[in-house]
This record gives sequence, C-alpha cells and structure tokens, in this order.
Amino acid sequence: MENKTNKVREPLFHITKRSNNAMKPAAAWGVRIAAVVVALILCGVVTVLLTGENPFKVYETMIDGAFGSERKIWALAQNTAVLLCISLAVTPAFKMKFWNIGAEGQVLMGGLATAACMILLGNKLPPILFYPVMIIASVAAGAIWGLIPAFFKAQWNTNETLFTLMMNYIAIQIVSYFCYIWSVPKGSGHIGIINSASQMGWFPKIGGQSYLCNILIVLVLTVFMFIYFKYSKHGYEISVVGESENTARYIGINVKKVILRTMLLSGAVCGIAGLILVSGTDHTITRDTAGGRGFTAIMVSWLAHFDPIYMIITSLLIAFLEKGAGQISTNFGLNDSFSEILTGIIIFFIIGSEFFINYEIKFREKEAKK
Amino acid sequence: MVVQIIQRAVMQGIPLLFGSTGEILTEKAGNLNLGTAGVMYVGGISGVIGAFLYEQSVEVLNPALAIIIPVLACLLGSLIMGLIYSFLTVSLRANQNVTGLALTTFGVGFGNFFGGSLIKITGLDVPSITLTRTSLCFQKSLPFASKLGWFGDVFLSYSFLAYVAVAIAIICTIYFNRTRSGLKLRAVGENPATADAAGINVEKYKYLSICLGSMIAGLGGLYYVMDYACGIWSNDAFGDRGWLAIAIVIFAIWRPNLSIVGSILFGGLFIVHNYIPGLTFASQELIKMTPYVVTIIVLIVISMLRKREFQPPESLGLSYFREDR
Repeated sequence: MENKTNKVREPLFHITKRSNNAMKPAAAWGVRIAAVVVALILCGVVTVLLTGENPFKVYETMIDGAFGSERKIWALAQNTAVLLCISLAVTPAFKMKFWNIGAEGQVLMGGLATAACMILLGNKLPPILFYPVMIIASVAAGAIWGLIPAFFKAQWNTNETLFTLMMNYIAIQIVSYFCYIWSVPKGSGHIGIINSASQMGWFPKIGGQSYLCNILIVLVLTVFMFIYFKYSKHGYEISVVGESENTARYIGINVKKVILRTMLLSGAVCGIAGLILVSGTDHTITRDTAGGRGFTAIMVSWLAHFDPIYMIITSLLIAFLEKGAGQISTNFGLNDSFSEILTGIIIFFIIGSEFFINYEIKFREKEAKK
Repeated sequence: MVVQIIQRAVMQGIPLLFGSTGEILTEKAGNLNLGTAGVMYVGGISGVIGAFLYEQSVEVLNPALAIIIPVLACLLGSLIMGLIYSFLTVSLRANQNVTGLALTTFGVGFGNFFGGSLIKITGLDVPSITLTRTSLCFQKSLPFASKLGWFGDVFLSYSFLAYVAVAIAIICTIYFNRTRSGLKLRAVGENPATADAAGINVEKYKYLSICLGSMIAGLGGLYYVMDYACGIWSNDAFGDRGWLAIAIVIFAIWRPNLSIVGSILFGGLFIVHNYIPGLTFASQELIKMTPYVVTIIVLIVISMLRKREFQPPESLGLSYFREDR
C-alpha cells in the first residue's frame, strides 16, 4: 500500500490519530455495527457460495438455530453465560496490559478441582460442607494457575503471553492424566457423568431449568466486575498500571502487588468458569471442557473494550454465531467447523473497524484546499 | 531402535521446524503472530485441496505436477493468511494478540471445515480424502540412502521437504546475521521508530517478513499431511503443533539454527512415550507435557539472566505508528 504512494511527492492520503477530535461514542458504535453488518453480509455470501441456498434462507437458518425453540434459547443463554464468565475473568488482566492467554488452562484447572471434589468427596461429606469445599477448591485451583505466571512476571518480567500459553497445555495434559486415573470403565480415558445417581456436586435446578443457576452466577459476577472496575480503588490501580507502569510507580502504586492481585482475581474467576462448566453443565471433565473458549474470551473482552456490560452483547454475538452456523452445517450437511470460519470473518472486520475509530484518513485533495 | 527414534523425532520435528522458522522471521519484525497454528492448518488444507483436485482430474499423476500444485496451493493459502494478519496489524495497527487468535480460530476452522466438507462441496464420488498417490511423490527419498546403513537412515532417509526446512532455517540464520537487509529487519523488530528515522521502510519489512514467515509455516502443515500422515487428512489430527512451534521459538531464543535442534528435540519429546517400556496411558499423558515445561523453564531462565542477546525483539507485540512519540 505504502509502496505505490511513495512514488508521488505527496502521498494520496495520510493517517493521523484522533487524539484531539476523538470520535463520539455514538459514531464509534455506528462504525462497529456497520462492520458487523458488512461482515454478516460477507458471511452470507460465503455460505451461499458453499451451499447454493438463497441468502435469506441462510440467515433464517441461523436465527432458527439460535432462537428456534425454548431449548435452543436456553442453550444459547448457557453458552453466552460461560463465554461471558471467562471474558470477565481475562478482563482485569488485560486492563493491566497483562496478556493472560492462559484462561483455557485456568478454567481447566478449576474444572479439574471441581471434578476431583465430586469424585473423591462426593459421597463422604454432607452437602452443607461439601459445596463450600468444592467451590473453594475450584476457585483456588484457577487462582493458583493464574498466579504462577504472574509471580514470574512481577519478579523477573518473564514474558506472560508465552508463559500463560504454555500453561494451557500443561493443564490439558494434567486433565488427560486424571481422565485416565479416574476413567470409567478403567483405562478408557473417559470419566463419564460423575455422580449421575446421587447428583452430588451438581448445581441445583432452579424452576426446573438446569442452566438458570449458571446464568444467575454469571450475572452477579458481571455486576461485581463492573463495580470493581468502575468504583473500586483496585480497579483504578489496574487501569493506571495498564496505562503506564512508570506513572503507577511514580504515584506510589506497588506494581508487583497489583500484578499478583489482579492475576489472582483473573485466575479465580476462571476457576468459577470451570466450576460452572463441570458442576453446572457437563457433570464431567475432558481435555476439551474449555473448548477453546479461553481464546475466544480474549476476543470477546477486547471487542467490548473491556467493559463488562458490553461484554454481554459481544459474548451473545459469538454464541449466536456458533449456534447459527451450527444449524447451517446440520441442515446442509457441512462440517460444524463452519461457525469458526464465520466467527473469524466477523472478528477480522471488527478488529479492522477499530482503526477507523482511532485513526483518521486524510486525503490529499482535502489537504490542498486547506 | 535408536535410529528409529531419531527418524521418528525428525519426522515429528520438521513441521515444527517450518512453523518455528516462519514464526521467528515474523517475530524478528516485531510481530507476535499467534495465528501460526491457524496458518499451518490453512497451509495443510490448501495443499490438500490442490492435490485432491489434481488427483481427481487426471488418471496418471505427473510426479512433478503432483508436487508443484500442492506446494503452490499451500503457499498461496498461507500467503493469504499472512496478508490478512499483516494488513490488520501493520496497516490497520490492530492488536496483534487478538488478531493472531482470530487468525487461529479462522484457520483451524477453515482446515477442519474443508477437511470435512470438501467431498460434499466438490460433489465428487469418493469415500474420503486419501491422497496416497500424491503422498508417494512427496515421500520419495534419495535412492541410495538405504544402502548407507545407519548414516543413511539418520541423515538421508527423509523426503525433500525435510531438507527444504533445514535449508530455510540455515538461510534465515545467515540472513539475520550476515546481510544488511537482515540487520534492517532486526532493527525494525527492535525499535521501529529508530529504523524509520534511519530511512528503513518499516511497513515494507513487516509485510514481507510476516508474509514470508506465514508461507514457511504453511509448508509445515503441508509436510505433515503429505509426508507424516501419508496424504490422509483427518480433522484436528494436526493438533497443537502450531503452538508447539511458537514454544520452540522461545526455546531457540529467536535463532533459526537453534530451532533445527529444538524442533527435532521437541519432536522426540512428542513420541518418546512410545519407546519407554511399561508406561500406562496415564503416565504417557504426563510425559507429553515435557515440551511445554521445558519451554517455560527456558522462558524463566532467559528472563532471569537478562542477557541482551537472549531477549525477544524489543518491540515484539507492539504496533508502530509513526506519529506516536
């Protein structure tokens, strides 16, 4: 792009940052919504090319897949809740510019602790003692898994992106290990539904809905996170450290402490997500329990500009795409990875649209008039 | 048996070597491409699509074409992935981690989707994507290798792509350390503002190194399908190798020549559980953890040593905007 313009004396256009005349929030959301719409149209075109169906049928199928029946709506809400929970978990770290891409592993460790409690203690402790133990264990497991990279980051400035990434695969292998240890039948490598008879350690059904408990937990978490970021001293410290570590140190914030505390929180919320997945949803654990959500959550959080309330919308969008594209693949006999392609396209567009919000393109003609 | 272990380790290591060399080239320009896993999937499936269409269209394969078509398809596919990533991160200055992860989601989805639906989309009447004929063309090794005993088995028994991988890694080392252009590229990765002030075209260097890096990484996917998996594509079989390639970049402290050793070592760690007698399935899973643990240890050690030449490129992960001061 730059190459072509280099030959002319004055470039065709140049780019400036909108620091002084920042785009109004409404206009910025307009750009984002436009990007999603363009992306959805492109997704439609891709689907039509692959399936040969008429485009409106395609969108109809997607909506049907996500909202088609009561059961589908509950499944959509459940997926949104889990994704939202993990997105909330990674957000405090990102606000601090700590790239925690290890949510996958932290969720798995939380889930593993839940499963361990259900298997080992499920029939030994009375419920009133058992549930608190299970919850504390899973939160602690996630928190410890998040704290390890944070410790090295605070102490020796070890690259956290790569560290947390590697911790994911260690967690996956540990889970596989326990899948063999606890497998039913022995040696199959699958744990199967835990405590299916006693339902010990399962989240209770509220009003006959098995997912409602999960959704309520996540909603409470969302409100908590919103307040934590906006009105607490911790939240303020996180954003100062994220803006500039030097400034933070200058005004007397203990940066190391903030890093450790924030990752402890991030890991703990991931642990809750693991608890929700194992105790409230699957009632079992496999190495795919987190299912790549740890990575998707990073995009969800980033797309929402780290705002917990917007995150409800972005996680709903991703969950909708997943369900909608899943329906397309079932109806047209395509592979169910189709949703990942659509998600990818939409995220590319939203990522790209941020440029037009933060930067301004000034063309040569306009400059000449001035 | 030792010879066999080494052979298997090299076979496992070559895709990692392609991936890590490509990633090093990208990271030297200051861009952390977490999309390498996706790029390798796309490289693999593009090659498969090319080979599949070619195999279906002719009766007798022309060995040269059977190699050239998949390689070109693979390069094209991974080039497009590289272009998406560099357009978003270099031209539009998007966040590299988010873009990379989106690229992985997209790439893995693309690979699995076409792997699962290629037959249905093309409407051809075949039961599965089995490219044994193409794979045989890829797997041809030197005819006299088997006559040289263990020496031939260890060093000469691989197919041409394996040697291409090693050659690319060596060329990259020479390029970084011995050429002016390589010096400029490293300057871009260390401090783009300084490089820009010195008259280096930062965007051009970033674009070129990301795109070339993606194409190299994509070949890793192709090698995996055509050589290692004997031309049979199965979804998710490629697994986490893309992430392992990123791990090797750290292990090799951003040096392609060390990445040759690192890839073969990691490849060995990947299969070593098959050769240790008396392992249960459970403990095999724990042994598979070692590459990642080793990477973390290396990461911690280099950060403790604080030696300048062991560090990642200074501006790794940051986008460059000339007017930012």
